[in-house]
Amino acid sequence: MSEPLVVVGNGMVAARLVEEISTRALGRYSILVVGEEPRPAYNRVLLSSLLADEIADADLELKPAAWWRAKGVSTLFGRAVTAINREAKTVALSDGRVLPYGKLVLATGSRPIRLPKPGMDLPGVITFRDVADVDAMRAAARRGCRAVVIGGGLLGLEAAYGLAKASVPVTLIHLMDRLMERQLDAPAAALLADAMRRNGVEVVLQADTARVIGTERAEGVELTDGRVLPADLVVCAVGVRPNADLARAAGLDVGRGVQVNDGLIASDPAIHAIGECAEHRGACYGLVEPGYEMAAALARRLSGDAWAVYGGSVLSTNLKVSGVPVFSAGDFSGGEGTQDLVFTDAAAGVYRRVVLKGSAVVGAVLVGDATDALWYRDLIRSGESVASMRHSLVFGRAFCAEAAPLLEAA
Amino acid sequence: MTATRTTCPYCGVGCGVVATPDGQGGAAIAGDPEHPANFGRLCSKGSALGETLGLETRLLHPMMRDAGGALRRASWDAALDRVAEGFATAIRRHGPDSVAFYLSGQLLTEDYYVANKLMKGFIGSGNVDTNSRLCMASSVAGHKRAFGSDTVPGCYDDLDEADLLVLVGSNAAWCHPVLWQRMQKSRERGARMVVIDPRGTATGEGADTHLAIRHGTDAVLFAGLLVHLADARAAALPFIADHTSGFALALAAARALAPNLAEVAAKTGLAAADLRAFFSEWASTERVVTLYSQGVNQAVAGTDKVNAIINCHLATGRIGRPGMGPFSLTGQPNAMGGREVGGLANQLAAHMGFSPSEVDRVGRFWGAPMMATREGRKAVDLFDAIERGAIKALWVMGTNPTVSLPRADAARAAMAKLDLLVVSENVLSTDSSAAAHVLLPAAAWGEKDGTVTNSERRISRQRPFLPMPGEVRPDWQALAGVAARLGWGEAFAFDGPAAIFREHAALSAFENAGARDFDIGGLATLSDAAYEAFEPTQWPVRRPAHPPLEGEGRREAAGWGEGRAGRDPAVSSSMPGVTPPRRSLAVDPPPQGEGGAAPSVAEPRGTARLFADGRFFTPDRRARFVAIAAAQPPRVTPEHPLVLNTGRVRDQWHTMMRTGLSPRLGGHRPEPTLEVHPDDADRFGLSDGGLCRVSSVHGAATLRVAVSMAQTPGTVFAPIHWNDETAADARVGALVHAVVDPFSGQPDAKATACAVAPVASTLSGFVLSRRRITLPRRMFWAWSAIVGGYVARLAGNGAAAEILAALEAALPGCEIARYIDAEHDVGRAALIVDGRLEAVVYTAPAGQEPGWAGLLDLWAKPKLERRDRLAVLSGAAGPAGSDDGPLVCACFGVSENRVRAAVAGGCRDPASLGAALKAGTNCGSCIPELKRLVAAADRPMALAGE
Ligand SMILES: Cc1cc2nc3c(=O)[nH]c(=O)nc-3n(C[C@H](O)[C@H](O)[C@H](O)COP(=O)(O)OP(=O)(O)OC[C@H]3O[C@@H](n4cnc5c(N)ncnc54)[C@H](O)[C@@H]3O)c2cc1C
Ligand code: SF4
Repeated sequence: MSEPLVVVGNGMVAARLVEEISTRALGRYSILVVGEEPRPAYNRVLLSSLLADEIADADLELKPAAWWRAKGVSTLFGRAVTAINREAKTVALSDGRVLPYGKLVLATGSRPIRLPKPGMDLPGVITFRDVADVDAMRAAARRGCRAVVIGGGLLGLEAAYGLAKASVPVTLIHLMDRLMERQLDAPAAALLADAMRRNGVEVVLQADTARVIGTERAEGVELTDGRVLPADLVVCAVGVRPNADLARAAGLDVGRGVQVNDGLIASDPAIHAIGECAEHRGACYGLVEPGYEMAAALARRLSGDAWAVYGGSVLSTNLKVSGVPVFSAGDFSGGEGTQDLVFTDAAAGVYRRVVLKGSAVVGAVLVGDATDALWYRDLIRSGESVASMRHSLVFGRAFCAEAAPLLEAA
Repeated sequence: MTATRTTCPYCGVGCGVVATPDGQGGAAIAGDPEHPANFGRLCSKGSALGETLGLETRLLHPMMRDAGGALRRASWDAALDRVAEGFATAIRRHGPDSVAFYLSGQLLTEDYYVANKLMKGFIGSGNVDTNSRLCMASSVAGHKRAFGSDTVPGCYDDLDEADLLVLVGSNAAWCHPVLWQRMQKSRERGARMVVIDPRGTATGEGADTHLAIRHGTDAVLFAGLLVHLADARAAALPFIADHTSGFALALAAARALAPNLAEVAAKTGLAAADLRAFFSEWASTERVVTLYSQGVNQAVAGTDKVNAIINCHLATGRIGRPGMGPFSLTGQPNAMGGREVGGLANQLAAHMGFSPSEVDRVGRFWGAPMMATREGRKAVDLFDAIERGAIKALWVMGTNPTVSLPRADAARAAMAKLDLLVVSENVLSTDSSAAAHVLLPAAAWGEKDGTVTNSERRISRQRPFLPMPGEVRPDWQALAGVAARLGWGEAFAFDGPAAIFREHAALSAFENAGARDFDIGGLATLSDAAYEAFEPTQWPVRRPAHPPLEGEGRREAAGWGEGRAGRDPAVSSSMPGVTPPRRSLAVDPPPQGEGGAAPSVAEPRGTARLFADGRFFTPDRRARFVAIAAAQPPRVTPEHPLVLNTGRVRDQWHTMMRTGLSPRLGGHRPEPTLEVHPDDADRFGLSDGGLCRVSSVHGAATLRVAVSMAQTPGTVFAPIHWNDETAADARVGALVHAVVDPFSGQPDAKATACAVAPVASTLSGFVLSRRRITLPRRMFWAWSAIVGGYVARLAGNGAAAEILAALEAALPGCEIARYIDAEHDVGRAALIVDGRLEAVVYTAPAGQEPGWAGLLDLWAKPKLERRDRLAVLSGAAGPAGSDDGPLVCACFGVSENRVRAAVAGGCRDPASLGAALKAGTNCGSCIPELKRLVAAADRPMALAGE
């Protein structure tokens, strides 16, 4: 009889893990996926596009139900795993069941953060993480509402843009003096703010939320400077926290997330953690690509490759739906020892920044024109020397191919 | 559009040009096959004339400085009122000598005549001088001392007929390209050429022998030659006896200066064997022409040098006959016309001086109330007087004294002291007009209507083929307008240039009777139509009443390079392949009766040569030998140990107001350089392509170092063309001392003591711009024209940000795209208006100089695509500009590196290079450089420094 493999969480990473195992070692495990959300795994990344009405609900589907069946995977949706008994190697479910596992994989993702401010629990205040949140926003838009989106990061921008496209008057408030401050410098952020304003989003910077006002429901957001922004929909998009409660309760080592080694093994050798809930080499990722890489590595390991390891990921992200392409990859914080190559063309709405460390690319930010995004990401990954094309680098691959030998000759 | 025959406005060769307007303000330019100066040829400058016609930089209406000090647009009436008032006030308070005109060798004869008449006959001062003072005043003085008149005895045909051509201090290959090629034709048929020049030049490279003489010792060389002629019994004793005076004294002086070959060798730095060879070749070759220009004229002892040369021709009687004679090549298109009119402070008018009888004669002719009775101030003296406050009102026409005068900084400061500075200009902003109170828009080439005279005394028409834009007027009209306001309207009531020319011609003949060389009385009655159709003619053209001088009326040989068989004038015009000059003059019948052997009245043919009869214009009709004294060698000091020589480069002209607009001309020598011998470079720590500061006690400039074997150690060379608009700090005139020749007053621009020091450079780069913008002066930059704008290479110490700030300030309202790599000190920016590039700047650390050739396609685009905006700053579209090396052939845009490649690929001479690259097949001005590049490939060591 196959070893029971229980996967907690039916998110994108879980789905990928199952897929990878099924292509490598079909039948080796009897796989059970337990998911809190009442539906098969779907593409969370596309929620923004769904909100912006650029795709239909059906387009979210990752794999049809038949696929799961065909792979012999058992699924339990709409139920949470509530506890892990490591002694007994069992998990307890919210419906009361207790199930044994040989191997346990935690893929519980993240939970969105609600600001610890008064009124954040009022009806009308939501986060942006799952289909239910999108449904709530779409319903509010249909009713006709005013919205405030808190948070000028990727998620907040996409929420605000999606709402604006649904003709909702939206104010985006952001604590810092520029949008996406961790990815963009001032000129790039200004380009983005302009683009958002052109799309009908009112952008208020340096806005510190004091509380959500309202008695029965949310009626507005009050800022610490006393300004009040009326709203019956408040979307809190201020970040996510790895969902490690289960592991913590089970006594596993947990930092920000479930701590795993390069074999993606938690402090209990029978338990793995992948995706946003995992903390690897001190890093928690908020993007899907590293989760997929973890899933692939773990699938190899579980399929018998004892040497399969995960070595960390290069982050790259796109702002998909703001009407202006924004791409960032790698380490663009510009710390000690890094060098910036910056191209700005404000009138054309184009900004490109490539961050070098030594002779390698470690980060890139593109605004307005992200055609070379993947090339940069690959350069970051490969770590190859770009010294010979340094001054063409920011202009993209085609220019490097043409110009490098000429301009750098000296 | 119909073609107009006119004359090139650049050098003294005076080539005929056929201009065909394109109806859009430009014109197609071709050489005039019928013009005897060039027979259809043009040099690179002439060929590019069509590119200089744009109106972007033009001054189109008068401007006056208001009470607040700002220049504002004004009406002609108001402007001329102000000029007249200012001159009247100065004259009333301080006398006529408190006002002056400073003119230009580029003015037409008619403009010159009116200016001269107004100042010398009506205002009553001799203060008319011209920038020609800077280039050929020593020739004038030398001619007058020897001949009693300012006469160029020979003609271009002599170059075809000579067996020996000696060029002294002349870089004709660059400065008189069309004549240069004519001389090369002579070499092909066997004539020999010797070039005497301290610098190795393209001219020297194209000669049989280059004698790299020590600076300033030309007079010693020719004194030595005179001694040799006497001792070798090569002197023409009968000619000396019958037609000259002063031989014994001159020979004695020459012996003192150059007693023997060894002494001459020691003084001139030439090898005795080379000297012996040169002397004996000169002595034994009857047909020898000795040509000279700036290198002789611009010297403390310039006039003596001229006479040292003329002495040798007089001693052998080699003057006035075909294929021989001394020959002064003038630099400016109409220096000769200015001299004829008398537009120099030490001449009165029409080759007359200030003797009481001459003053009286001219006064009667003009009906002038206030004749000037003595010489006025010559250029350098004039600006000194301005500095002292002795001159209150100055009218500058067609020249840029703050660039071209010696001690140019002092000249600029002096001009700021004037009560009234009037500047007549083509272009809106020149260095000189910064201090101007009144700016008057002058007609430019293509609009002007009048005559010019070239180096061989040939008067040609400059005809208009474009309408005068805006409120532009010819200079003579502005002058006449002021004359009228001062109450002399009647004497200046000319209805056009033809009327002025007739009066000028009549004055030349007035009470002349063969006593004065300059006599064009035969043209005094030209009808307007005949003036319009006037064919190029060499003066004198006497009125038939006087028997012609020997040689007068001889028809010029119409072709050159045709071999000596065609020399007979009678058959020359029917030679195969040569179009006979058109003769269509309609001349009113002369007032006097027919004169004996006079040339046909209907066909005043002009005069190819003078003095063949051995009669000169001195009172005793004898030519004078001049005893030459030893000249002071250039004085260098421990602080200023080098001698600074200045001059022109091939494709630029004067202060680049016009040539600076032409992309073709910009590529040849795009920057102001200091040419330095490798030994001096080592000594002073200069590196080729680096920057240096060259300074004299008068001023300083920052130039790019060009290490060159062509320099003699101890001497450096800098071009004169750059000004504050075209370069950061390259007004070489600011360094030049105000030492003048005692006879001619011509400044010695060839030998100023100077010091050089390297300037460290941390930055390199370039700026492309539609307009020339003043960039930060603490950096090195120089604008040269490219298609659709200008480019400046950057060097020195500065930051990209500074340059960008300057561009942003000068070009407000542009969209700006930029690329910055702070760590590597790389900055690039594009300034864009309506999708079109307005300016591009690239900077990089020194030693990583970026090129711009790859950007030129984008530069030409009327609307940039989105990707293009990246491409502009990526520099990716093609090879880098500087990789191509300097432009060699301006006509076909062939760069030095392409030529080198072709040479490496087997081309061994200009013909094969022409076949391979087209280089040198149009104007041919680059043929010397093609040869140099071939030679350089043969002996890489010798020219390694270049
Ligand atoms: C609107 C939006 C846009 C995004 N855009 C991008 C993007 O453009 N690019 C990008 O890389 N990333 C994007 N992300 C992030 C990306 O979706 C996540 O990184 C990715 O989904 C993480 O996958 P996961 O499987 O680790 O976690 P999740 O997808 O969050 O899946 C975790 C699942 O586990 C379930 N779960 C949690 N606890 C339990 C439990 N105890 N028992 C059972 N089930 C449980 C959750 O309900 C959830 O369904 C976006 C996210 C959002 C919300
Ligand atoms: S040689 Fe050149 S510059 Fe001189 S007149 Fe002829 S075309 Fe003009």
